[in-house]
Amino acid sequence: MAWDEAAVDERAQAFLAEHDPAEMGRLDFLRARFDAGLAWVHFPEGLGGLGAARGLQAVVERRFRGTPDNDPGLIAIGLGMAAPTILAFGTDEQRERFLRPLWTGEEVWCQLFSEPGAGSDLATLATRAVREGDEWVVDGQKVWTSGAHHARWAILVARTDPEVPKHRGLSYFVCDMEAPGVEVRPLRQITGEAEFNEVFLTGVRLPDSLRLGEVGDGWRVAQTTLMNERVAIGGTPTRRTMIGLLGETWRERPELRTHSLHQRLLALWVDAEVMRLTATRLREQLAAGHPGPEGSGMKLAFARLNQELTGLEVELMREEGLAYDDWTFRRSDSVDFLGRGSGYRYLRAKGNSIEGGTSEILRNIIAERVLGLPSEPRVDKDVAWKDLPR
Amino acid sequence: MSEEAHSPMTLLYTEVEEELRAAVRGLLTDRSAPSVVLAHVESAATTGAVPYDMELWKALGRDIGAAGLLIPEDLGGAGASAREAAVVLEELGRSVAPVPYLSSAVLATRALLGARDEAARELLGRLASGEATAALVVSFAASPHTCARPVVTLGADGTLTGRVTGVIGAEVADVLIVPVAVEGGDPALYAVDAQAARIKTVASLDLTRPIATVSFTGAQARPVGSAAGVADALLLAAGLLASEQLGVAEWCLSTTVAYVRERKQFARPVGSFQAIKHRLADLWLEVVGARAAARNAAALLGAGEDAGVAVAVAQAHCGTVAVHAAEECIQLHGGIGMTWEHPAHLYLKRAKADEIALGTPGDHRDALATLADLPGPVS
Repeated sequence: MAWDEAAVDERAQAFLAEHDPAEMGRLDFLRARFDAGLAWVHFPEGLGGLGAARGLQAVVERRFRGTPDNDPGLIAIGLGMAAPTILAFGTDEQRERFLRPLWTGEEVWCQLFSEPGAGSDLATLATRAVREGDEWVVDGQKVWTSGAHHARWAILVARTDPEVPKHRGLSYFVCDMEAPGVEVRPLRQITGEAEFNEVFLTGVRLPDSLRLGEVGDGWRVAQTTLMNERVAIGGTPTRRTMIGLLGETWRERPELRTHSLHQRLLALWVDAEVMRLTATRLREQLAAGHPGPEGSGMKLAFARLNQELTGLEVELMREEGLAYDDWTFRRSDSVDFLGRGSGYRYLRAKGNSIEGGTSEILRNIIAERVLGLPSEPRVDKDVAWKDLPR
Repeated sequence: MSEEAHSPMTLLYTEVEEELRAAVRGLLTDRSAPSVVLAHVESAATTGAVPYDMELWKALGRDIGAAGLLIPEDLGGAGASAREAAVVLEELGRSVAPVPYLSSAVLATRALLGARDEAARELLGRLASGEATAALVVSFAASPHTCARPVVTLGADGTLTGRVTGVIGAEVADVLIVPVAVEGGDPALYAVDAQAARIKTVASLDLTRPIATVSFTGAQARPVGSAAGVADALLLAAGLLASEQLGVAEWCLSTTVAYVRERKQFARPVGSFQAIKHRLADLWLEVVGARAAARNAAALLGAGEDAGVAVAVAQAHCGTVAVHAAEECIQLHGGIGMTWEHPAHLYLKRAKADEIALGTPGDHRDALATLADLPGPVS
C-alpha cells in the first residue's frame, strides 16, 4: 500500500494504544516498535519500516515523543552508516540478523576504515583479508575508531587482492569485535581525552557469511557508507550553536569587549547567519524533492566557521583563556562540540576539518562533481596496489 | 510538496519567478551580451553620451513590465513583491546591463509609494506604464542605517536649491524625485522635471552605472507628499542590491570555471590544478551563501516583515562575495583578464561600486551591533 501521513499516524497511534512501555520494559517496547515498521519508516516492511517516504518519519517521532528510545549518540555509526550499507548491499539473512538489534541499541557498531597509512587516500589501505576455506583471516591496524570499546560489530574494509589497482582489490566485511585477535586501545587526542581508538587486528577469523557485497567490490560499498557519513555531519540543524554561545558570553561580559574583537564577532555573526540560511534553503530543496549540490559544501562551511568562532572565544576570555578545564586522560562516550570549556572547544574544533573527509578533499569533490573541473592526473590508477610507492 | 515550499517566506524560487527570469534572461541574452555592453560603453565614452541602453530599458520596463513590478495594480503596476524584483536584478547583475532599473523602478518608485499624495500616485502610474523614467536624488553611497538630512532646500517661492552628488540614473530620468529639507517641519518629497536641473555625469568607476552631480538653482518643483518613504526606499534597494551582487558573482564564477576548463598550461587544463580548484570551490560556497542571504532579504522585504537584520546580513555578505568573485575572475583569467577587450572588468567595476552603494559591508556589520544585540566595548 502507499503510505500517507494519515495512515502512518494511524498506525503509530494504534501501536501506542496496544503497547505500554511501562509494562513491557524499554527493550521489548523498542523491539515491538521495530517489528511494527515504526523504527525507520523508509526501510522496507519486515526490516523496521513500512516502505514509506523518508519525510514521514517525523510523523512517527511526534507520536512517540516521550516514550523510551534508543541512544542516538551511542549508536550513531550504526544508524547513519552501517544500516544504510547493510540495507543496500546485505543479503536477506544479513539484514534480518543485524538491523533489529542495531536499531534497538542492543548491538553497537563502529567503523574500521581509516589506517595510519590511509587517510584521505582511503583506497590505499593495507589491512589484508586472506581467504581460507569458508573464512577470511584479517591482519592490520585501523585508527580513528570511535565507539570501538562498546561495539559488538564493525563495518570493515580490507584488501583481498593486492595484485590489482587499489580501488579494485578491496572487499567489505562485518567484523565481529568479540572475535579473538581484535584489540582495542584508546587513542589520546589533542584535547587530552580519548574519543577514538586504535584497533589492531591479528589473525582475526571472519566467516564468509560476514562479507557485504561481492569480493573486490568493497570500494563501491564503502562509497555508500561515506556519503551517509557526510550527510550526518553537515546536515543536521541544532538548537544550540557556537555563535549563540559566544553571543551570550559577549553580552554577559562587557569588560572583555574590545573594538578589534567586536569587528571580528560581527563578521562571524554574519557568516553564521549565512550558513544557517544556506542550511534552511538546502532543507527546503530536499523537502521539495530537489536535493541540491549545496550539501557537499555544508561540512566545509561548518568546519571553518566553528574553528574561527572557537578561536575567537579563547582570545575573548583573556586570562581565563590561559586555563584549561581538565587534561585527564579519559574516554568520552559521546561527542559534544559545545561541551566543557573554551579551550576544549577550540582544540576539538580542529578535528572538524579532518574527520569525515578533510576540507581539502571536500574542495576537490566540489570542484570536480559540482563545478565539473578536471581531476589531477593520477599516477596510481592503473598500477597494482602492491607496486605503489609507500 | 511541503507547505514550506509554497509559503511566501520560501528561500527557493517560485514558478512565477522562474518564468519572469526566463523572460528577462531571454531579452538580455538577445540584446545585451557582455560584448554588446562593452561596445555600448565604449561608444558612449567616445561620443560623451550616457552609457544607458534606453531601447533595452523600454523592452524590459514596458514590454516585459519590469518597471511596474513594485507598483500596485490599481495604479497600473503588476502588484508584485520584492521577490520578483530581486529575480530581475539577479539577471541584470549577470549581464551588467546598463538600464535604470534600480534607480527608477526600485529607489524612485519606493520613495513615491511612501509619499501618498495624488501627485505621487499620478507619477507612479506613468512609471508603471513605462511612459516615464524617474531617479531618486540621493547619493548612491547613502547607507539605509544612517538617516541623513536632505541637502536640497525649499525657497520661499516654492523653488528648490541645492546640490546632490553621487546620484544614479539622473541622466536618463524624465523626472527627478527629490527629498527636501523643510524649515520647521519633516522633510518632504518633490518632483522636478529633469530639464529644470543641471545634471553633470562624473567619470565613474562603474562604466555601466555612472554617477552624476545634480544641482538645483531656484528650480521649479511640485510637492508629491511625505519623504518618509525615502528611508524605506534605501532599505529596499540595499536588500535588492544583494540579488544584483549575486548575479554579478554568478557570472564571474561560471565564466571563470568555463575558462579554466579550456585554458591549458603545462599540457593540462589549468582548472585541474588544486591551487585553482580549491579557490573556485571556496568561491562556489560563498555564492551558495549569497543566494540564501539575498533570497532571505527579498522574501522578508516582499512579505512586509521587519527586514533590518536580513538586509544587513545580505549586504555584508553579498557585497564582499561579488567583489571576491570579480577579483578571482580577473586573476584566474590571467593576462586576458587584465585587457579592456575582455568584459571581466565591467563586472569588477560594477562589483566594487556596488560594495560602496547603499552602505558598505562594514556599515551593515556595524548596524548589526544594534540589530543583533552585539554591543561594542563600553567606553
